[in-house]
Amino acid sequence: MDMQIFLQQLINGASLGSMYALIAIGYTMVYGVLRLINFAHGDIMMVGAFLTYFGMESGLSFELAALLGIIGAAIVGILTDRIAYRPLRDAPKISLLITAIGISFFLENLFTVLFGATPKAFKAPEYITKVFHIGEIYLPISVIIIPTITLIILAIVLYILYKTKYGMAIRALAFDIKTVKLMGIDADKIIMIVFMIGSALAAIGGIFYAISYPSIDPLMGVIVGLKAFAAAVLGGIGSVTGAVIGGFILGFTEILVVALFPELGGYKDAFAFFFLILVLLFKPTGIMGQDLERGRF
Amino acid sequence: MLKVKNLVVKYGVINAVRGIDLEVKKGEIVTLIGANGAGKTSTLNAIVNLVKKSGYVEFNGVDISKTKTHQIVQMGLSLVPEGRRIFINLTVEENLRMGAFNNDDKFEELKEQMYNRFPRLKDKRNQLGGTLSGGEQQMLAIARALMGTPKMLMLDEPSLGLAPKIIGEVFDIIIELSKTIPILLVEQNAFAALKIADYGYVLENGQITLQDKASNLLGNDEVRAKYLGG
Ligand SMILES: Nc1ncnc2c1ncn2[C@@H]1O[C@H](COP(=O)(O)OP(=O)(O)OP(=O)(O)O)[C@@H](O)[C@H]1O
Ligand SMILES: [Mg+2]
Repeated sequence: MDMQIFLQQLINGASLGSMYALIAIGYTMVYGVLRLINFAHGDIMMVGAFLTYFGMESGLSFELAALLGIIGAAIVGILTDRIAYRPLRDAPKISLLITAIGISFFLENLFTVLFGATPKAFKAPEYITKVFHIGEIYLPISVIIIPTITLIILAIVLYILYKTKYGMAIRALAFDIKTVKLMGIDADKIIMIVFMIGSALAAIGGIFYAISYPSIDPLMGVIVGLKAFAAAVLGGIGSVTGAVIGGFILGFTEILVVALFPELGGYKDAFAFFFLILVLLFKPTGIMGQDLERGRF
Repeated sequence: MLKVKNLVVKYGVINAVRGIDLEVKKGEIVTLIGANGAGKTSTLNAIVNLVKKSGYVEFNGVDISKTKTHQIVQMGLSLVPEGRRIFINLTVEENLRMGAFNNDDKFEELKEQMYNRFPRLKDKRNQLGGTLSGGEQQMLAIARALMGTPKMLMLDEPSLGLAPKIIGEVFDIIIELSKTIPILLVEQNAFAALKIADYGYVLENGQITLQDKASNLLGNDEVRAKYLGG
């Protein structure tokens, strides 16, 4: 394979990895505070993409529609916590997990009823999809925009986590929810903020996905969600930086596998999980993972 | 300041606390002593609703029996938990910041106060809480609770696992604090606790078997035999 195609694929990998990373952050943050694999998280990404589509169909500009999608997904995320997860705070974790699967089915079916099961074409504006070239490499502008925005978002999330009192409370909560309450902090409010951030980022990931594969359907969140989850575990569940690293690794691997071994292209989804198993064999806590159970009640 | 009536805590079939009454008045250090598993921690956790309980709790004239933990703390009743419960993944200063979560305006001022009172915390301000020694963690746990400017403080075995010299320091701090706020002190180190307390309760199997002025308890034969090593 010549250098140019390789470079081109590398950039594509960064773009795909960005989507996984954005969705993985939500998985990892919710796991951090609730010890819950939020199986509905992939569907929140779908909700974000669909609300954006709906906004554009209703005549909003792409930017406003995207804002609608992001805020809408954040609200749906907060509501799932408020209605479905919060009553189960003291219940066994398995009940929480089953509820999450239920929410996932509910959202998938709700959006199938609302919008139909057939894929919808997603028309992103020209300035995002336009193709440019450096030498022989032809690329849509989106593959530059997407990783750039992702890195900016990562910087903002890390700033919130490490420099604001709410971020500190999120990190404290990951270790010890009871002591957080003893600080006079409303733990449910902190958990709500986590769902808000995670869902908003998933929506952004969903919009990026819709731009890159310009079609969306109510089940789009299933496999992407699973792979983002794999990215979160790969990076070390509970670690935001780890989720981003895991997301990019998965993105690069997937694209490069397809580029280097086109005959294996059909197995690209399997590679994400093969890679995950391989890493976990050697480092069970993931790349950036720490033992989260330490210090818990 | 704090009134507890008929407090009951059950964990499934285990009756950890079986209907106790206790009271802490303004200006007092009250101590709750008892053997391992007597129900001391359960009592404190139940007062701030960290565990399910039944019974009546009144703080500062307000019924807080059903109030949520974080609201009780916001009302000024603070608990330094058993085992200190430092956020080991946060720095010393971040731990203090968490204590002052609802005290934004006063954070800088209170922080300097704490650093003056506990100079070792100042030296280690940017270190992770988990890297502190046991004594330093206990100081941090107390400082962190004080960052919320509580009106009353409950401490659960602050001397646990500390060297005698450090225990002395911790008790000096408690005496100092008691000049401004009432204190409910849970201790296994009954002798040290009774020496600084005004009033004491003895808890056995979830029931109060004895209560009196601390000085009287120190002289009580039964207490001496059971808790003060003869
Ligand atoms: N979360 C829990 N689940 C079940 N039983 C519990 C729980 N916490 C405490 N217990 C039981 O309740 C009883 C009282 O425990 P508690 O921790 O209140 O005692 P304690 O007086 O604080 O003891 P120690 O001096 O060892 O700290 C014990 O029999 C203990 O085993
Ligand atoms: Mg105890």
